[in-house]
Amino acid sequence: MSRPVQYNNTVKFAGIPEGYMGDGFMATSFEKVVGLARKNSIWPLPFATSCCGIEFMATAASHYDIARFGSERMSFSPRQCDLLMVMGTISKKMGPILKQVYLQMAEPRWVLAVGACASSGGIFDTYSVMQGIDQVIPVDVYVPGCPPRPEAILDGFMKIQELVHNESLRRRQSDQYKELLNSYGIQ
Amino acid sequence: MALTNEIIQQKLTDKFGEQLSYWDQPYGMLTFVAEKDINVKVMQFLYDDAELGFTFLTDLQAVHYPDNKGAELCVVYHLHNLRYNVRIRFKVFTDIAKPDVFTATSLFASANFMERETYDFYGVNFVGHPNLIRILNVDEMDYFPMRKEFPLEDQTRIDKDDDMFGR
Repeated sequence: MSRPVQYNNTVKFAGIPEGYMGDGFMATSFEKVVGLARKNSIWPLPFATSCCGIEFMATAASHYDIARFGSERMSFSPRQCDLLMVMGTISKKMGPILKQVYLQMAEPRWVLAVGACASSGGIFDTYSVMQGIDQVIPVDVYVPGCPPRPEAILDGFMKIQELVHNESLRRRQSDQYKELLNSYGIQ
Repeated sequence: MALTNEIIQQKLTDKFGEQLSYWDQPYGMLTFVAEKDINVKVMQFLYDDAELGFTFLTDLQAVHYPDNKGAELCVVYHLHNLRYNVRIRFKVFTDIAKPDVFTATSLFASANFMERETYDFYGVNFVGHPNLIRILNVDEMDYFPMRKEFPLEDQTRIDKDDDMFGR
Protein backbone atom coordinates (compact mmCIF):
# COMPACT_ATOMS: atom_id res chain seq x y z
CA MET A 1 0.00 0.00 0.00
CA SER A 2 1.37 3.39 -0.92
CA ARG A 3 2.03 5.88 1.77
CA PRO A 4 -0.49 8.72 2.00
CA VAL A 5 0.86 12.07 0.83
CA GLN A 6 1.70 14.11 3.83
CA TYR A 7 3.67 17.08 2.56
CA ASN A 8 3.36 19.29 -0.48
CA ASN A 9 -0.24 18.36 -0.89
CA THR A 10 -1.24 21.84 -1.99
CA VAL A 11 0.77 21.86 -5.21
CA LYS A 12 -0.99 23.93 -7.80
CA PHE A 13 -1.07 22.45 -11.27
CA ALA A 14 -1.26 24.55 -14.38
CA GLY A 15 -4.71 24.41 -15.91
CA ILE A 16 -5.37 22.25 -18.93
CA PRO A 17 -5.50 24.37 -22.06
CA GLU A 18 -8.66 24.53 -24.10
CA GLY A 19 -9.00 21.72 -26.55
CA TYR A 20 -10.84 18.62 -27.60
CA MET A 21 -10.46 15.64 -25.35
CA GLY A 22 -11.51 12.06 -25.63
CA ASP A 23 -10.44 8.67 -24.42
CA GLY A 24 -6.65 8.69 -24.31
CA PHE A 25 -6.10 11.73 -26.47
CA MET A 26 -6.30 15.45 -26.41
CA ALA A 27 -6.14 17.90 -29.24
CA THR A 28 -5.26 21.53 -28.74
CA SER A 29 -3.28 24.18 -30.53
CA PHE A 30 0.48 23.98 -30.45
CA GLU A 31 0.65 27.61 -29.43
CA LYS A 32 -1.20 26.95 -26.19
CA VAL A 33 1.04 24.06 -25.22
CA VAL A 34 4.20 25.99 -25.98
CA GLY A 35 2.89 29.02 -24.13
CA LEU A 36 2.08 26.91 -21.09
CA ALA A 37 5.50 25.27 -21.10
CA ARG A 38 7.40 28.50 -21.58
CA LYS A 39 5.37 30.36 -19.00
CA ASN A 40 6.23 27.93 -16.23
CA SER A 41 9.91 27.52 -16.96
CA ILE A 42 11.23 31.02 -17.45
CA TRP A 43 14.96 31.22 -16.88
CA PRO A 44 15.80 34.68 -15.63
CA LEU A 45 19.09 36.48 -16.05
CA PRO A 46 19.49 38.83 -13.08
CA PHE A 47 21.24 42.03 -14.12
CA ALA A 48 21.45 43.62 -10.70
CA THR A 49 23.39 46.83 -10.18
CA SER A 50 22.07 48.34 -6.96
CA CYS A 51 19.45 48.27 -4.22
CA CYS A 52 16.75 46.72 -6.42
CA GLY A 53 19.17 43.83 -6.75
CA ILE A 54 19.03 43.37 -2.98
CA GLU A 55 15.24 43.19 -3.19
CA PHE A 56 15.65 40.68 -5.95
CA MET A 57 17.85 38.54 -3.70
CA ALA A 58 15.00 38.52 -1.21
CA THR A 59 12.64 37.61 -4.04
CA ALA A 60 14.82 34.69 -4.99
CA ALA A 61 15.36 33.49 -1.44
CA SER A 62 13.14 31.05 0.39
CA HIS A 63 10.62 33.47 1.87
CA TYR A 64 9.32 34.92 -1.40
CA ASP A 65 10.80 32.19 -3.56
CA ILE A 66 10.61 33.02 -7.22
CA ALA A 67 11.18 29.30 -7.84
CA ARG A 68 7.48 28.78 -7.22
CA PHE A 69 6.94 30.32 -10.63
CA GLY A 70 9.19 27.91 -12.46
CA SER A 71 12.26 30.10 -12.17
CA GLU A 72 14.37 27.95 -9.96
CA ARG A 73 17.36 28.35 -12.16
CA MET A 74 18.99 31.75 -12.41
CA SER A 75 21.10 31.60 -15.46
CA PHE A 76 24.16 33.76 -15.49
CA SER A 77 24.80 33.12 -19.13
CA PRO A 78 22.60 35.25 -21.38
CA ARG A 79 22.61 32.57 -24.08
CA GLN A 80 20.37 30.26 -22.08
CA CYS A 81 17.99 32.86 -20.73
CA ASP A 82 14.45 33.84 -21.50
CA LEU A 83 14.04 36.84 -19.25
CA LEU A 84 16.43 39.70 -18.64
CA MET A 85 15.68 41.23 -15.24
CA VAL A 86 17.31 44.64 -15.04
CA MET A 87 17.45 45.80 -11.46
CA GLY A 88 19.11 49.04 -10.54
CA THR A 89 20.64 52.19 -11.95
CA ILE A 90 22.06 51.79 -15.42
CA SER A 91 24.64 54.45 -16.18
CA LYS A 92 25.27 55.59 -19.72
CA LYS A 93 28.55 53.75 -19.69
CA MET A 94 26.71 50.55 -18.78
CA GLY A 95 24.25 51.01 -21.66
CA PRO A 96 26.26 49.27 -24.40
CA ILE A 97 27.03 46.38 -22.03
CA LEU A 98 23.35 45.91 -21.25
CA LYS A 99 22.57 45.97 -24.94
CA GLN A 100 25.24 43.38 -25.64
CA VAL A 101 23.80 41.10 -22.96
CA TYR A 102 20.39 41.51 -24.58
CA LEU A 103 21.81 40.71 -28.01
CA GLN A 104 23.44 37.55 -26.68
CA MET A 105 20.10 36.22 -25.52
CA ALA A 106 18.30 33.91 -27.91
CA GLU A 107 14.76 34.58 -29.08
CA PRO A 108 12.22 34.48 -27.63
CA ARG A 109 13.41 36.88 -24.94
CA TRP A 110 11.66 39.21 -22.54
CA VAL A 111 12.85 42.14 -20.46
CA LEU A 112 11.65 43.19 -17.02
CA ALA A 113 12.72 46.64 -15.81
CA VAL A 114 12.65 46.57 -12.02
CA GLY A 115 12.55 49.82 -10.08
CA ALA A 116 12.44 53.52 -10.84
CA CYS A 117 16.04 53.71 -12.07
CA ALA A 118 15.81 50.97 -14.66
CA SER A 119 12.41 52.26 -15.77
CA SER A 120 13.10 55.98 -15.94
CA GLY A 121 16.43 56.92 -14.39
CA GLY A 122 14.65 57.49 -11.08
CA ILE A 123 16.15 60.12 -8.82
CA PHE A 124 19.34 60.10 -10.87
CA ASP A 125 18.37 62.79 -13.33
CA THR A 126 21.95 63.51 -14.24
CA TYR A 127 24.59 63.46 -16.95
CA SER A 128 25.89 60.00 -16.20
CA VAL A 129 22.71 57.97 -15.80
CA MET A 130 20.57 56.52 -18.55
CA GLN A 131 17.01 57.77 -18.24
CA GLY A 132 15.38 54.36 -18.49
CA ILE A 133 16.75 51.23 -20.12
CA ASP A 134 14.13 51.45 -22.85
CA GLN A 135 16.52 53.85 -24.52
CA VAL A 136 18.70 50.90 -25.52
CA ILE A 137 16.57 47.77 -25.36
CA PRO A 138 12.83 47.10 -25.62
CA VAL A 139 11.15 46.48 -22.27
CA ASP A 140 8.11 44.27 -21.73
CA VAL A 141 7.15 45.04 -18.13
CA TYR A 142 8.09 47.90 -15.82
CA VAL A 143 7.99 47.46 -12.04
CA PRO A 144 7.62 50.75 -10.15
CA GLY A 145 9.13 51.39 -6.73
CA CYS A 146 12.34 52.65 -5.21
CA PRO A 147 13.12 49.89 -4.58
CA PRO A 148 10.04 47.75 -5.20
CA ARG A 149 9.18 45.17 -2.58
CA PRO A 150 9.62 41.50 -3.49
CA GLU A 151 5.84 41.27 -3.90
CA ALA A 152 6.05 43.94 -6.60
CA ILE A 153 8.84 42.11 -8.38
CA LEU A 154 6.80 38.92 -8.23
CA ASP A 155 3.81 40.79 -9.60
CA GLY A 156 5.94 42.05 -12.48
CA PHE A 157 7.18 38.53 -13.03
CA MET A 158 3.62 37.23 -13.18
CA LYS A 159 2.81 39.92 -15.74
CA ILE A 160 5.72 38.58 -17.79
CA GLN A 161 4.32 35.07 -17.38
CA GLU A 162 1.02 36.31 -18.73
CA LEU A 163 2.76 37.82 -21.75
CA VAL A 164 4.70 34.62 -22.35
CA HIS A 165 1.56 32.53 -21.99
CA ASN A 166 -0.46 34.53 -24.46
CA GLU A 167 2.21 35.35 -27.00
CA SER A 168 1.56 34.21 -30.52
CA LEU A 169 4.19 31.85 -31.89
CA ARG A 170 4.45 34.10 -34.93
CA ARG A 171 4.97 37.32 -33.03
CA ARG A 172 8.76 37.22 -33.26
CA GLN A 173 8.56 36.91 -37.03
CA SER A 174 6.07 39.73 -37.47
CA ASP A 175 6.91 42.97 -39.24
CA GLN A 176 5.79 44.89 -36.20
CA TYR A 177 8.32 43.13 -33.99
CA LYS A 178 11.09 43.56 -36.53
CA GLU A 179 10.25 47.23 -36.72
CA LEU A 180 10.48 47.46 -32.94
CA LEU A 181 13.94 45.89 -32.94
CA ASN A 182 15.01 48.06 -35.84
CA SER A 183 14.05 51.15 -33.88
CA TYR A 184 16.70 50.03 -31.36
CA GLY A 185 19.21 49.33 -34.09
CA ILE A 186 18.96 45.57 -33.60
CA GLN A 187 18.71 43.41 -36.71
CA MET B 1 61.69 64.80 17.12
CA ALA B 2 58.24 64.92 15.71
CA LEU B 3 57.60 66.59 12.42
CA THR B 4 55.65 69.80 13.01
CA ASN B 5 53.95 72.09 10.54
CA GLU B 6 56.45 74.81 11.40
CA ILE B 7 59.42 72.64 10.42
CA ILE B 8 57.77 71.69 7.13
CA GLN B 9 56.90 75.29 6.33
CA GLN B 10 60.45 76.44 7.20
CA LYS B 11 62.10 73.82 5.02
CA LEU B 12 59.80 74.54 2.09
CA THR B 13 60.28 78.29 2.39
CA ASP B 14 64.07 77.85 2.51
CA LYS B 15 63.92 75.82 -0.66
CA PHE B 16 61.25 77.55 -2.74
CA GLY B 17 60.89 80.99 -1.14
CA GLU B 18 58.28 83.23 -2.66
CA GLN B 19 57.01 80.58 -5.05
CA LEU B 20 54.90 79.19 -2.23
CA SER B 21 52.20 81.36 -0.72
CA TYR B 22 48.90 81.48 1.16
CA TRP B 23 50.16 79.42 4.10
CA ASP B 24 47.37 78.28 6.33
CA GLN B 25 46.57 75.56 8.84
CA PRO B 26 42.84 74.82 8.71
CA TYR B 27 42.03 72.20 11.36
CA GLY B 28 45.76 71.82 11.91
CA MET B 29 46.53 70.67 8.38
CA LEU B 30 49.29 72.62 6.68
CA THR B 31 48.02 74.07 3.42
CA PHE B 32 49.68 76.27 0.83
CA VAL B 33 49.54 77.33 -2.78
CA ALA B 34 52.38 76.66 -5.17
CA GLU B 35 53.07 78.09 -8.58
CA LYS B 36 51.84 75.62 -11.12
CA ASP B 37 55.20 75.12 -12.86
CA ILE B 38 56.84 73.76 -9.73
CA ASN B 39 54.20 71.32 -8.54
CA VAL B 40 56.30 68.24 -9.30
CA LYS B 41 59.44 69.86 -7.89
CA VAL B 42 57.64 70.54 -4.62
CA MET B 43 56.42 66.96 -4.45
CA GLN B 44 59.84 65.61 -5.32
CA PHE B 45 61.43 67.71 -2.58
CA LEU B 46 58.83 66.60 -0.06
CA TYR B 47 59.42 63.01 -1.15
CA ASP B 48 63.23 63.00 -1.19
CA ASP B 49 64.06 65.07 1.85
CA ALA B 50 65.08 62.70 4.63
CA GLU B 51 63.32 64.66 7.32
CA LEU B 52 60.11 65.42 5.41
CA GLY B 53 59.50 62.08 3.72
CA PHE B 54 56.05 62.65 2.22
CA THR B 55 56.08 59.42 0.26
CA PHE B 56 52.37 58.82 -0.09
CA LEU B 57 49.89 60.62 -2.34
CA THR B 58 46.58 60.31 -0.52
CA ASP B 59 44.44 62.17 -2.99
CA LEU B 60 44.47 64.42 -5.98
CA GLN B 61 41.54 66.35 -7.33
CA ALA B 62 40.44 69.62 -8.85
CA VAL B 63 38.14 72.48 -7.91
CA HIS B 64 36.55 74.95 -10.28
CA TYR B 65 36.33 78.59 -9.19
CA PRO B 66 34.52 80.27 -12.08
CA ASP B 67 34.92 83.77 -10.60
CA ASN B 68 38.67 83.45 -10.15
CA LYS B 69 39.53 84.85 -13.58
CA GLY B 70 42.76 83.59 -15.10
CA ALA B 71 43.12 80.87 -12.45
CA GLU B 72 39.78 79.13 -12.55
CA LEU B 73 40.97 75.57 -12.06
CA CYS B 74 42.68 74.47 -8.88
CA VAL B 75 44.43 71.13 -8.55
CA VAL B 76 44.80 69.94 -4.97
CA TYR B 77 47.36 67.41 -3.78
CA HIS B 78 47.12 65.63 -0.45
CA LEU B 79 50.38 64.13 0.81
CA HIS B 80 51.00 61.92 3.78
CA ASN B 81 54.09 61.28 5.85
CA LEU B 82 53.56 57.72 6.98
CA ARG B 83 56.34 57.77 9.57
CA TYR B 84 55.04 60.68 11.63
CA ASN B 85 51.46 60.43 10.40
CA VAL B 86 51.45 64.02 9.19
CA ARG B 87 49.34 65.22 6.32
CA ILE B 88 49.74 68.30 4.17
CA ARG B 89 47.83 69.74 1.27
CA PHE B 90 48.91 72.03 -1.50
CA LYS B 91 47.22 73.59 -4.46
CA VAL B 92 48.16 74.88 -7.87
CA PHE B 93 45.95 77.18 -9.91
CA THR B 94 45.69 77.24 -13.66
CA ASP B 95 43.86 79.14 -16.37
CA ILE B 96 40.83 77.22 -17.65
CA ALA B 97 41.65 78.27 -21.21
CA LYS B 98 44.98 76.48 -20.97
CA PRO B 99 44.63 73.91 -18.18
CA ASP B 100 48.11 72.38 -18.43
CA VAL B 101 49.59 70.99 -15.24
CA PHE B 102 52.58 68.70 -14.98
CA THR B 103 51.75 65.11 -14.17
CA ALA B 104 52.72 63.50 -10.87
CA THR B 105 52.81 60.00 -12.36
CA SER B 106 56.60 60.01 -12.57
CA LEU B 107 56.70 60.25 -8.78
CA PHE B 108 53.53 58.45 -7.70
CA ALA B 109 52.11 55.60 -9.78
CA SER B 110 48.83 56.11 -7.94
CA ALA B 111 48.48 59.50 -9.59
CA ASN B 112 47.70 57.76 -12.87
CA PHE B 113 44.03 56.98 -12.20
CA MET B 114 43.51 60.04 -10.04
CA GLU B 115 44.71 62.33 -12.80
CA ARG B 116 42.57 60.52 -15.32
CA GLU B 117 39.56 61.09 -13.07
CA THR B 118 40.46 64.75 -12.62
CA TYR B 119 40.81 65.10 -16.37
CA ASP B 120 37.51 63.31 -16.87
CA PHE B 121 35.53 65.66 -14.66
CA TYR B 122 37.41 68.96 -14.86
CA GLY B 123 39.42 68.75 -18.07
CA VAL B 124 42.78 69.40 -16.45
CA ASN B 125 45.40 68.48 -19.02
CA PHE B 126 48.17 66.66 -17.16
CA VAL B 127 51.25 67.16 -19.28
CA GLY B 128 53.30 63.97 -19.53
CA HIS B 129 50.58 61.61 -18.35
CA PRO B 130 51.00 58.23 -20.09
CA ASN B 131 47.33 57.62 -20.81
CA LEU B 132 45.16 60.66 -20.27
CA ILE B 133 41.72 59.41 -21.31
CA ARG B 134 38.33 59.34 -19.64
CA ILE B 135 37.99 56.82 -16.86
CA LEU B 136 34.48 57.02 -15.40
CA ASN B 137 32.33 58.75 -17.98
CA VAL B 138 31.41 57.54 -21.44
CA ASP B 139 34.12 58.08 -24.02
CA GLU B 140 31.80 60.05 -26.30
CA MET B 141 31.23 62.75 -23.69
CA ASP B 142 32.39 66.10 -25.08
CA TYR B 143 32.24 68.20 -21.91
CA PHE B 144 33.63 68.15 -18.38
CA PRO B 145 30.63 67.62 -16.14
CA MET B 146 31.95 68.89 -12.80
CA ARG B 147 32.84 72.34 -14.09
CA LYS B 148 30.50 75.01 -12.77
CA GLU B 149 29.45 76.15 -16.20
CA PHE B 150 26.11 74.42 -16.58
CA PRO B 151 22.84 76.17 -15.74
CA LEU B 152 20.50 74.61 -13.22
CA GLU B 153 17.78 72.50 -14.74
CA ASP B 154 14.60 74.07 -15.93
CA GLN B 155 12.31 74.21 -12.87
CA THR B 156 9.24 73.96 -15.08
CA ARG B 157 10.13 70.53 -16.39
CA ILE B 158 7.16 68.21 -16.26
CA ASP B 159 8.64 65.01 -17.67
CA LYS B 160 9.62 64.04 -14.14
CA ASP B 161 6.95 64.42 -11.51
CA ASP B 162 8.17 65.79 -8.19
CA ASP B 163 5.70 63.65 -6.28
CA MET B 164 7.32 60.55 -7.62
CA PHE B 165 10.94 61.50 -7.22
CA GLY B 166 11.04 63.48 -4.01
CA ARG B 167 12.40 66.70 -5.47
